[in-house]
Order: sequence, then structure tokens, then C-alpha cells
Amino acid sequence: MYSNMVTLQTLDTIFYEAQRQGRISFYVTSIGEEAINIASAAALTSDDIVFPQYREPGVLLWRGFTLQEFANQCFGNKADYGKGRQMPIHYGSNKLNYFTVASTIATQIPHAVGAAYSLKMDKKDACAVTYFGDGGTSEGDFHAAMNFAAVTESPVIFICRNNGWAISTPTSDQFRSDGIAVRGQAYGVRSIRVDGNDALAMYSAVHSARHMAVNEHRPILIEAVTYRVGHHSTSDDSTKYRPANEIEWWRMARDPVTRFRKWIEINGWWGSEAESQLRSSIRSQIAERAEKPPVNDLFTDVYDNIPSNLREQEKLLKETINRHPKDYPADVPI
Amino acid sequence: MAAIFQGVGAAAALSSSLSNSFDSKKFVSSPLRKGASFAVVRSDGRVNLNPKGRRAQQLISNAVATKSDSAAASSSSKPGHELLLFEALQEGLEEEMERDIRVCVMGEDVGHYGGSYKVTKGLAKKFGDLRVLDTPIAENSFTGMGIGAAMTGLRPVVEGMNMGFLLLAFNQISNNCGMLHYTSGGQFTIPIVIRGPGGVGRQLGAEHSQRLESYFQSIPGIQMVACSTPYNAKGLMKAAIRSENPVILFEHVLLYNLKERIPDEDYICNLEEAEMVRPGEHVTILTYSRMRYHVMQAAKTLVNKGYDPEVIDIRSLKPFDLYTIGNSVKKTHRVLIVEECMRTGGIGASLIAAITENFNDYLDAPIMCLSSQDVPTPYAGTLEEVTVVQPAQIVTAVEQLCQ
Repeated sequence: MYSNMVTLQTLDTIFYEAQRQGRISFYVTSIGEEAINIASAAALTSDDIVFPQYREPGVLLWRGFTLQEFANQCFGNKADYGKGRQMPIHYGSNKLNYFTVASTIATQIPHAVGAAYSLKMDKKDACAVTYFGDGGTSEGDFHAAMNFAAVTESPVIFICRNNGWAISTPTSDQFRSDGIAVRGQAYGVRSIRVDGNDALAMYSAVHSARHMAVNEHRPILIEAVTYRVGHHSTSDDSTKYRPANEIEWWRMARDPVTRFRKWIEINGWWGSEAESQLRSSIRSQIAERAEKPPVNDLFTDVYDNIPSNLREQEKLLKETINRHPKDYPADVPI
Repeated sequence: MAAIFQGVGAAAALSSSLSNSFDSKKFVSSPLRKGASFAVVRSDGRVNLNPKGRRAQQLISNAVATKSDSAAASSSSKPGHELLLFEALQEGLEEEMERDIRVCVMGEDVGHYGGSYKVTKGLAKKFGDLRVLDTPIAENSFTGMGIGAAMTGLRPVVEGMNMGFLLLAFNQISNNCGMLHYTSGGQFTIPIVIRGPGGVGRQLGAEHSQRLESYFQSIPGIQMVACSTPYNAKGLMKAAIRSENPVILFEHVLLYNLKERIPDEDYICNLEEAEMVRPGEHVTILTYSRMRYHVMQAAKTLVNKGYDPEVIDIRSLKPFDLYTIGNSVKKTHRVLIVEECMRTGGIGASLIAAITENFNDYLDAPIMCLSSQDVPTPYAGTLEEVTVVQPAQIVTAVEQLCQ
């Protein structure tokens, strides 16, 4: 668990720097939420279907997504599973049961309920898990989905990463209820509030939630209280709306990775040598120069088979590129 | 019996002009409520699940000529069974649910109530509450739920109680349903069917008379079809359920009580094909859903006046069947589009663009399009009537076009 948390931290740093250098267009970090990401993933099985918002790459990491695969999606190159169609950090992997991230907020919550319903109908030993932030709980989809889950008795775990901020909106402007856990209760869903920066607490909460969800066919809401140490995304500068010393305090004094490291060091399972070895090995794992996805891929997968109107549009585009090759980038294959 | 339908079954495309035996005039003015004193409407809407070739009354068509490969269809003791359009939809849905256990239904009041237009009647009893799910009133969310279920392996059929309510589900339909197959690089498919009644009814008010096909037509990744007869309703329902793409099936509030004789065998209608309703020589009239009946009524008058209109029910609203339409344009050189959508940004507008772009050289006159006005549909009956295209307007338009 610890090495994954460190990997996530390192991954975030590398890609954030890459964006600042202009190599990728956009990135979203999960700094401060590593415990939520990794510990929750560790408590689930690989059959559990995950519907993420966008700040949960740690779950994919835990399940085996390689650093190279993360890079492929961010760079939108030919090896990207999404075929270069989505912005960076919109990962998706059907073989790892991690549904493709969509930028829309909270739309994945009803999806999770639908998937849980499907698992229930198929009587599978698995549940659906969905993540969202404090801001996402204001969306209509959140409320209806909670309600549905309760009524349909679906095995779904709702994990709310209450990190205090929705871009620049603090939770005091987002809602006046006592956090998110009370909302679950209002819908008849068992809820719990957990310290999201405590990896062990997170693990045990998700573990029991999963047990209840799968065996008793009920939804569970977990409110993981944490802090968004990084900016909302690379398009944001959070010092504009919150004091820099507040950010520093959470980064230093309340860092979940450091906290967990202290615990494993005290137990004698880890040391500073192992630490530096781990950190340096991660940085070396990512290659960059790779081929871009071909123009063909612009038109595939809109439907299961390409219809005639799209074929026409594709033909027109190729003709235009052939006629004016100077106006189009040379390194994109057709 | 098998021989008659051989031609239909063998052609994989299944262009259905067979069994178009209806009296267009009667159906245009048929009241929506059951129990009306009208010969063709059943008083209790009972569903007959045992189609054993009942010999119900054959309705004679006047202005409709059937295609040559179904010449035997005009015989009086036709095989097949007769039912109403909503029953045809129900039959299609039921057969698909039997055939594939992954098919399920979600919507408001679809369970024990049987749906507000009775399309899902009897299904909850037969298949259980788990497969016919009554949802709370949150369209965006249950559509989202359907999308999630579809991505995980089920084949949901989501019912909007009225198409207008699906405006609330627009976010899920556009941003997720249409997109996720593409943005996931093909990793996740969404074989969902979204259906419901739309169109201008009888004094249902503006909010319940929406024509959503115009709003949805730009969304990439979805397919749209509109049914108009019991035959194509059942066929399109089945094809939509079997399709791997998300399909939106547009039904019309006033067409649910249409009666027709349909085959007993399993059949589907191709989702991308248009239906040739009446072959002709002088002018191509393109239409869909309820306007088909207004067109056929106008066709009667036109035939009496000596015109020979070719009527095509386009059925597939996205993508358009430009092959059938093109062949017709090449033959007649004049096009009239009759639709129920609003003038601005409707299906007609896109169709004009598509035809002009592809078949401009074959046109002898500019394309005419008759649509509803750009007004919210008024409640008052007389006002409502003039917002939709009436047969008299169609006749005038054809006369103008053929000068």
C-alpha cells in the first residue's frame, strides 16, 4: 500500500511538471488524497466496478495500470486505450473494471447505481464503487442516485472525498448540512465519516462497507474527510483563494503518505534507504516520444460500425489533408 | 404462410411495405382515450399474447399501393395477427425480454401500472420487479442508471413517460450515452434503448407536446428512429434492443391506437432504412411518424386531382437513409418534406441540407418543407390544429411544387 501511495505522489509530480513544461496540455493532481485512493482500492476486489470522478488515478494504479499506460493517456498517443480522444487524466480500462472518466460532475453516480443493479441481477460477488467530491454532492444526479440505490437495494459504495474545496468554492459555500454523511442518512443509506488521510481507517471502512454492500445488498456512503493540497488542476492557482500557509500546513503536517510511513517505520517494515530507492526507481519508468493516434481513429467507435455519413466526412478530411499537407502536422499518421 | 413472407424475411434489410393496410383518414382523427365509440379502438386495450391468426376485419387502404414483392398481401384471409401499435411495441419488448435475459425496462410507472401508455403492460407480472423497474422521478438519474447498467452488460430499455421529460436527461444522453463508447476508445459499449411518446397530441399543452428529435439530432454517437405503424413499431423496437449502439425510439402519442395486421414470425426492421409507403412518379414526399397519415390523406386528394406522389416514411432520423431518398429524388426531381418538428432546426432543416448537398443536380425545383410553426404548442384545440401541418396544406404544396 505504501509504495503505491509513493508512486502516486511521484506520478503526480512528474506529470504536473510535464504540463508546466508544455509537454501535456492538462493535468489534475491527487496530492493530499493518496490514502483515499490507495487504501480504498486495496480494500476492494478486482471484480468491483469503479466509477471515478477524476481524482482517483490511485485506484487504477493499485489495480495494475502501468506508469507507461498513464503516460500514454496523458500524451494522447497511439497506445492510449482511449485512442487519444479524451483530455489527459481521463483514464479508462475495461479490463481493470475502471470506467472511463467523463468530465461531467456526478454523472457517474447514477451509472454506478445502474451497474450495481446489474450486478445484483446477475448475482455476482461484487459491488459498484463510485467516487466524487464535496462539490459533486450538490448535483441533482447525486441525490437521485442515492435515492435510487436505497430503493433498489443495490450493492454500491459511494465514496465522497470531502476535500474542502470545489475549485475555489469552500464547503461552507457548497452546503450547510453537517457534511455529507447526514445526506446519506436522509435517503435511508447507511453512512460513515472517516479520516481520509488515515490509510488504515480508510481501508477498514471500505472493507466493512464492501462486506455490507455485497452480502446485505445495500448501498453505503463513506465520507472521507481530507484536504486538497494541490490546485484543482493545472489551470488553477489556488493561492488566489486560500492562504498559502494553510496549504503548507496540510501538505507538511497532515500528509497521508508521511503519516503512513511513520507507522510502517515504527513497525520496523520500512526505512529511509528503501524510501530513496523506491522514489528514484519510479522516476525512471516513463518514456515519452511515441506515435500519435491516426486520423482514422477520429471516426471509429462513434457507433459500433462506421455509418455512411461519417465515412463521407472522413473521406473529405483525408482529401483535404492530401491536398494541403503543409497545413497539417507531419507526425500524425492518416 | 411461410411463402408469402419469404421475400420479406430473405431481404436482410426488411423494407416493410407489407401489411400497410390501414385507413389513413380514420386514424388521423382517432381519439386517444380508450372506450371511444370507434370501431377500430378496443375498449379495454386487452393484450392478446396468443397470436394464432385471428380473422379480424380487414381494413381496406385507398391511397396506398403496396410494393410488388408483397402482392399476396392484399388477399383477404391474411395470416398474422391484428393488434394496436402500443400492443405491437409491447409484443416486441416482451419477445426480446424472453429471448435475452439481459433486457430490462426502467422508467416511471412501467411496472405494475403497465406504463402510462400501457406499452409495458403485463411485463412486471411476467418477468418480475427486478427486470421491470419502477424508478423515482429523476429522469437524468435513471437514464444515467440505464447507461451504467448498459456499460456493465445489461440491455436496458429506458422509458420517458413523455419525450419532453427526457430534456431533463439531456446531460446523460449527450455527454455520456453518446460519448462514452468513443472516449473510452471502444472499451465500453452502451446498448441502451431510450423510448417514449412525443409529438403534438390532443390538447396536452406545450410542455407535453415536445418534438425532441430536433434537439437530439446533433448528438454524435446515438441513433434515432421513429415508428409509425404497428409493423414498424415492433420491428424497430426489436432492432433497437438488439443494436449495440444507443438508440432513441420516438413514438407518437396519437398513434398508439392504430390497428394493423402483423406477421406472426419473428422479424425486425432495419434501423437505418426508410419505408416506401406509396411509390409514385411526380413528387417525393418525405415524412415520418404522425405526419405520414396526414400525407396519406392528402395523397388521396392528390390522386383524385391527377397527381402521383411518392411517399416515403423516412423512419431513420439519424442517420438518414439517403440511398432510398436519393433514388426517389432521381426519379421524381421534386421533394416535399412534411414534418411535425418546428421550422427552425428541425429534422426537415437537416434533411433539406443533406438532399441539397447530395442531389442538387437532380432537383427541378427548390425543396419545400412543411413544418410546425416556431411556437410553443397552444392548449386550445383550434389553435393546436393550426400549428401542425394539415392535409390541405400538403395538397397545396404539391400543387405549387408541380406547376
